[in-house]
Amino acid sequence: MREKVAIGSAVAAAGLLTYNLYRMFMVLPDEALQGAIYRILFFHAPAALVGMVGYFVALTFSILYLSSKNFLYDSLAASLVEVSLVFSVVNIVTGSIWARIIWGIWWTWDYRLTSALVCILIFFGYLIMRRAIDEPTQRARLSAALCIFGCVDVVIVYKSIEWFRNQHPGPVLDFRTGGGHMDPAMQTVFGLSFLAILLIALSLVLIRTRQEALAREIDSLRRLAHTAA
Amino acid sequence: MDARNFTFMFYGFLAAWLIVLLYVIVLARRGARLKKELEDVKRIAGEHEHADRH
Repeated sequence: MREKVAIGSAVAAAGLLTYNLYRMFMVLPDEALQGAIYRILFFHAPAALVGMVGYFVALTFSILYLSSKNFLYDSLAASLVEVSLVFSVVNIVTGSIWARIIWGIWWTWDYRLTSALVCILIFFGYLIMRRAIDEPTQRARLSAALCIFGCVDVVIVYKSIEWFRNQHPGPVLDFRTGGGHMDPAMQTVFGLSFLAILLIALSLVLIRTRQEALAREIDSLRRLAHTAA
Repeated sequence: MDARNFTFMFYGFLAAWLIVLLYVIVLARRGARLKKELEDVKRIAGEHEHADRH
């Protein structure tokens, strides 16, 4: 069942992406000042949003683990963090390429960029910490605590463009501004991109969760073999 | 379509999909390694069980 959902999500995402690429290049109007490069927006921002959604779902599972001590929630949180981290890296790399043209620099220590980098470092640390701790209960407890801490930074990343005026542009999407900042046709393409990337993330999380279950099975068999020996 | 900065837009798209592709490769390799490890552990556990019976 899990594999069928993963394959179904990936196929649906591929279909959506193909349709969206057509709309992006053949239907959408050009941006007056930026030329073709503004189209990076349709991967840059949805990747960030998918990452943030993933971190918050991981936060929910981390809290559920702490309250129930069920390792399934720990596996789900770890899978979500890893996949979200991939999309956060996509966000920061595409943003850097876009910045090179629009700002003339690859990077600046702007509030949004810095908090996004700190977010990547925190969750990268989360994955390193999981590899370093062998004892499952301690690993799950510390991972949940670090996930909760990391999500505080995710809120800062999200709100930084409202709280501080800096190099990074402010919010443009209707659900944040109330409307009038972005062409509705562009918002549709943006929404479809978000949905496609969300489906890819779902597919990857399902595969990753299966691997976590396999790792748990190996771990318990090893313990049994040790006890028997 | 306005072709200004098209090259950098292409680099952006390429980078995005390369990162995802790289992760998919990492996932596939890890999956194969875990399956092999599970088979090995099951075999070793089976040998232990067999030795205990004798």
